[in-house]
Amino acid sequence: MNSRKYLVEKIVKIILLIFTIFIVFVLLSIFYGIFKKGLPALNWEIISQVPKGGYYFGKEGGILNAIVGSLYLAIGASLIALVISIPAAFFIHTYLFSYPKWQKRVRLWLDVLWGIPPIVYGAFAFNFMLFMGWPSSLLAAMITVALLISPVMIRSMDESLQHNSKGLFESALSLGFFKGEIGFKFLFKQSLPGITTAFLLALGKGLGDTASVLFTAGFTDYIPESITEPAATLPLAIFFQLSSPIPEVKERAYAAAIVLTIIILVISILSRVLSKRFSKNRIK
Amino acid sequence: MNFSLRYYIEKLRKSWMIISLVIILSLPFLIGISLLFKSWPLLVSTPISEIIFSSNWMPTKGNFGLWPFIFSSIVVSLLGLLIMIPFTLASAIYITQFAPNWISKVLRTVIDILAGIPSVIFGLWGIIVIVPMVSEWATSANSANASGYSILAAGIVVAVTTLPFVLNMLIELFESVPRELKESTLAMGASHWQTIKDVILKKIRPGIIAAFTLGLSKAFGETIAVLMVVGNVVQIPDSIFAAGYPLPALLANNYGEMMSIPKYDSALMLSALMLLIIVILFNYFAHKVIRFYQSKM
Repeated sequence: MNSRKYLVEKIVKIILLIFTIFIVFVLLSIFYGIFKKGLPALNWEIISQVPKGGYYFGKEGGILNAIVGSLYLAIGASLIALVISIPAAFFIHTYLFSYPKWQKRVRLWLDVLWGIPPIVYGAFAFNFMLFMGWPSSLLAAMITVALLISPVMIRSMDESLQHNSKGLFESALSLGFFKGEIGFKFLFKQSLPGITTAFLLALGKGLGDTASVLFTAGFTDYIPESITEPAATLPLAIFFQLSSPIPEVKERAYAAAIVLTIIILVISILSRVLSKRFSKNRIK
Repeated sequence: MNFSLRYYIEKLRKSWMIISLVIILSLPFLIGISLLFKSWPLLVSTPISEIIFSSNWMPTKGNFGLWPFIFSSIVVSLLGLLIMIPFTLASAIYITQFAPNWISKVLRTVIDILAGIPSVIFGLWGIIVIVPMVSEWATSANSANASGYSILAAGIVVAVTTLPFVLNMLIELFESVPRELKESTLAMGASHWQTIKDVILKKIRPGIIAAFTLGLSKAFGETIAVLMVVGNVVQIPDSIFAAGYPLPALLANNYGEMMSIPKYDSALMLSALMLLIIVILFNYFAHKVIRFYQSKM
């Protein structure tokens, strides 16, 4: 009897391990598939040039327009999101400090917001742009993506503030500081690691999001020179090139996918390293 | 003087904080109202039950039956959920209960990387790996659609895109179980697996269901990855090898031409509104359940 229950445990352990290994296998298969298909088409020309005449028929050129467009979009959107998210997160921890019930409600609603599909944001932004008579532009896409990532950003800053703000807040308040001052002067330093990781998380989301940008950013073969111009983005470049019937163009979609994957990986490694470094001077 | 300047700056700061929070929190209402406003012309001319349950989709003739899209969406997300459940549950248990420290760290990194991968890459992977595989299965099953672009392929891809999201929540849930509970069960002579099966899983069951509900609603809204592998044929799919056409794909594919046909934009915005309402309802209740567990930590 006794040995049987441990035998069952051993078998279960093996089954669980197999399922878990399968997930690792899926990740490897994603990398392997994309690199195998895309590496032959990946060269310096592709990442250093904008599309030239006949590019979409397999002639010369590259996807620099999409790489730069995506970076502009992601950085711009993340900065706008910061301007909205930092004060909002501080508000939860300063002015709402004595109203835990409201803190809870706000957090719940932010989590619900996080789940709204990007395509719905895209449809809404498209409506709004039609209503205002704006053409598709980099700025419109930035604002859309910023609204999309703000709930996550606020929540991740909020999480990082939750561990340490109480004593600090109370002692600063007793010294006569205003609540907003405490937020921007003291909590800001404490939440730096949170803000950094939130920023990088938003950057990754902004780079990878396709559905919300589909309606708002437009597409162009040129590198945008101002935020009122349309911009190409990497996910859209992948998406469009893939639907081409010409094999050379299709291959470039995979090459673009490698570029996107590498940028995303670099950001995720960066966020790990930075959050470790920043968390040194935090008051526990 | 000094005090009053400080006071005004504080006022300014406070209004900045309030305005930004209010913008974000009121966003779902703004989106809902704008989508409702846009879909109103269609809602006035056709009864809502007919729009939802009719399969007659002929935009040029003014027939907007959304049922094929709604049905595809439901089938794809349920299939994705079904595929995802064993993997997420098994690896959440393994990572939190059995795995040695370093393996658990490696696996968490894997999940983090998977969570960061954009959905267009998942879609590509679907085309490279999943679609040919499904195509083979379909051929050996003598299915009418042997291309591989099908409900099943979409289900598999959606399972992978939602997997890291759900897995992270499950891991958090398992870690929220009090240590004493586990230790006292072990002290009673139960094996580790018995403890997990009879005590821990029972304790957090509603939380697990909530996590899967969130996964389901995420799958429901997944756009690009699904669009790339589902085949996009307007029909009621009769098998898992048949092509489908989920709601988000409908939106993403047709936004360009929707202005040229009367009421077409209303129909598309109505589908966006339905996505919004379903996702908000699912998420609201799921998060309420999950909150309950977090508050007990």
